[in-house]
Amino acid sequence: MAKRLAVVDVERCVDCLLCAQACARRFGEGGLARSAIAVRSAGGVERGFVVVVCRACDDPPCLHACPVGAIEKGPVGVRVVLDRCIGCKACVAACTIGAVRWDEGGGKPVICVHCGLCARFCPYGVLALEEVEGG
Amino acid sequence: MDRLLPRVLRVDLTRKRSWVEERPDLFRDRLGGTGAAIELLHELCPEGADPLGPENPIVFAVGALSALYPLASKTVALFKSPHTGNLGESHCGGRTAFALRLAGYGALAIEGRSDVPVYLSIHDGGVRFRDARTLWGMGSSVTVGRILRDVEPGSGHRTILRIGRAGERGVTYAAAIAETYRHFGRLGLGAVLGSKNLKAIVVSGQGAIPVAEMGRYQKLYRELHERAVRSDLMKKYHELGTAQNVGPLNEMGALPVRNLQATRYPEEPAFSGERLAQGYLGRRLACAGCPVACIHLAALREPHPEEPYFYKTTFVSYDHEPLYALGAMLGVEEAAGVLKLIDAVGHVGLDAMTAGVVLAWATEAFDTGLITERETGGVRPRWGDVAVYREMVRRIADRDSEFYRVLGEGVRAAAARYGGAEFALHFGGNEMPGYHTGPGALLTYLAGARHSHLDSAGYAVDQDLLRRGEELAPPDLARRLLAEEARRQVLSSLVICFFARGLYDFPTIAACLGALGDDWDEGRLRNLGAEVLRRKHAFKVREGFRLATLPIPERAMTTPAPGGAVDEEYLRQALAEMERWLEGNDGLEG
Repeated sequence: MAKRLAVVDVERCVDCLLCAQACARRFGEGGLARSAIAVRSAGGVERGFVVVVCRACDDPPCLHACPVGAIEKGPVGVRVVLDRCIGCKACVAACTIGAVRWDEGGGKPVICVHCGLCARFCPYGVLALEEVEGG
Repeated sequence: MDRLLPRVLRVDLTRKRSWVEERPDLFRDRLGGTGAAIELLHELCPEGADPLGPENPIVFAVGALSALYPLASKTVALFKSPHTGNLGESHCGGRTAFALRLAGYGALAIEGRSDVPVYLSIHDGGVRFRDARTLWGMGSSVTVGRILRDVEPGSGHRTILRIGRAGERGVTYAAAIAETYRHFGRLGLGAVLGSKNLKAIVVSGQGAIPVAEMGRYQKLYRELHERAVRSDLMKKYHELGTAQNVGPLNEMGALPVRNLQATRYPEEPAFSGERLAQGYLGRRLACAGCPVACIHLAALREPHPEEPYFYKTTFVSYDHEPLYALGAMLGVEEAAGVLKLIDAVGHVGLDAMTAGVVLAWATEAFDTGLITERETGGVRPRWGDVAVYREMVRRIADRDSEFYRVLGEGVRAAAARYGGAEFALHFGGNEMPGYHTGPGALLTYLAGARHSHLDSAGYAVDQDLLRRGEELAPPDLARRLLAEEARRQVLSSLVICFFARGLYDFPTIAACLGALGDDWDEGRLRNLGAEVLRRKHAFKVREGFRLATLPIPERAMTTPAPGGAVDEEYLRQALAEMERWLEGNDGLEG
């Protein structure tokens, strides 16, 4: 059964950004340039955090917004075909929750592939892979 | 070493100019952090500079491991201290290190003085000088943070550093605050920022850092992460935080109480780590890149004075040192009281540790009649009286009379003006940290590169010797402390959190650097630590610091530590040994 990444207990998030770093390491680099995950405060760190990850929509707006067919449906979520991408950012604008990230250096979108590496580095169980369904 | 790390962002506030300087020497040979910053300070700070003059530079630096390895999460700031007159060094967590490194800088050096209040906005490779006149004089540093959060970009990957009123008005122990709950606390960075008319610095970055050997890096990262999360090395910081020290120090009679007139409460204080966690802990936070999450926020719920069923909930971050200084040192009995004081100090942007010791001196000076209500402006300082201390904090930050202006320069200045030097608990002008464990702690305060309990951890050596029932001869203790302090210069050059000192031994550090393509071995790291320590000492000496003639507060010797009263002659012998080593006169290789 396919699994998607989910934010299962955001109250335990401590803003360590280890998830975002783990995501970036997939590309063989440190930093956050190509991280598909974002954490920000919910209006000051004392109020807790918002963790933004791709929800693997059944009918993804980012895919529909792409004028050149550079976003395709994957086993879970979508896949970006970088060769086709023209860097127009329509996908970024289309994602209501802001889960399509932008690689400024490469000028291409970065979208979560639901590999779960981030969850493995979350010390507090904020993230987990779960069976695909509604969500 | 990646090509972005050696970039030093230079900012001249006088001319509103900024430029980038490539300094591979500082980052290749000195790893960054303290090692790089002390060289920049030697270069940029003229001898005898007025610490509050435009000629005093501020250097922020991160290191080769920043934003790459777990717990390499601190930023170091170096400047000439307006509080001691020599080296100012302060470390801060939060997101500052992450933001600076991912913005593509190894260091940020700020010089000059702006004609009007400004804040720096550093995003996407650009530096903007923004008008801060509206923010200047604002009642609370928390409000300033809220405003900048709304008007600045970079949410989630930025740092918002700012000062409070105390920094604007030149209180020599004013702090700079990052992300509301982290601080560049000691030695007056806030006052130096204020003297430059610089209210805040916002930096964001989310760049990439190339890694030379990704396989090795990934493996090392995983191992360090596992050890940080699973092993006992970090457990105490994660669970109760440093507040867990309050109980054991109280029990062993090493917690300075009421200006070190005593060393324990009859029972465990209401603000011990366990009791705060049970009654107040509201949230835990981490610095960026750290899995430990040692930042503990208390939720302080207070009823509105007039409106029934209306409550104000304030979040207050607590650690051992603020609890000691604003709790024990002032004889506070209730947990809510010490939290309120920590909150008050944060609002105006004072260093919590220094503020507590200053208020403790004032209380004893009032008790002994050295000062009266004439000086205090009708205020009657009294042990444990939180309302009065909050009022005094406000007056110190506002510098609203001669007396409070003097208090705003620390206990050394206060004792010089009003007397009471025998109970003025300062070490080279810097107020006492919260461990009265014995000679090791006192030597650390006296000779430590930045007068912090964390310098050479003498408090830990004291406790170790007590457990073993051993004593060391003065030169042996001196050498043990210096060895630890030299080792810590490597950690602070990388800028690794000192809580992770057990995780990062020299072979581990060499391996971490190796995966980044930098060739270091244990011997080279050891030499660097010694060299950085000597360079820091040389800056202090250049600015008039002398170990041999350093006054030692009488109270620290007359109030017994757990192993008994500390002897001045013992301390002097150890200091003489330290001085020989620090000045390179002991015949040993550096």
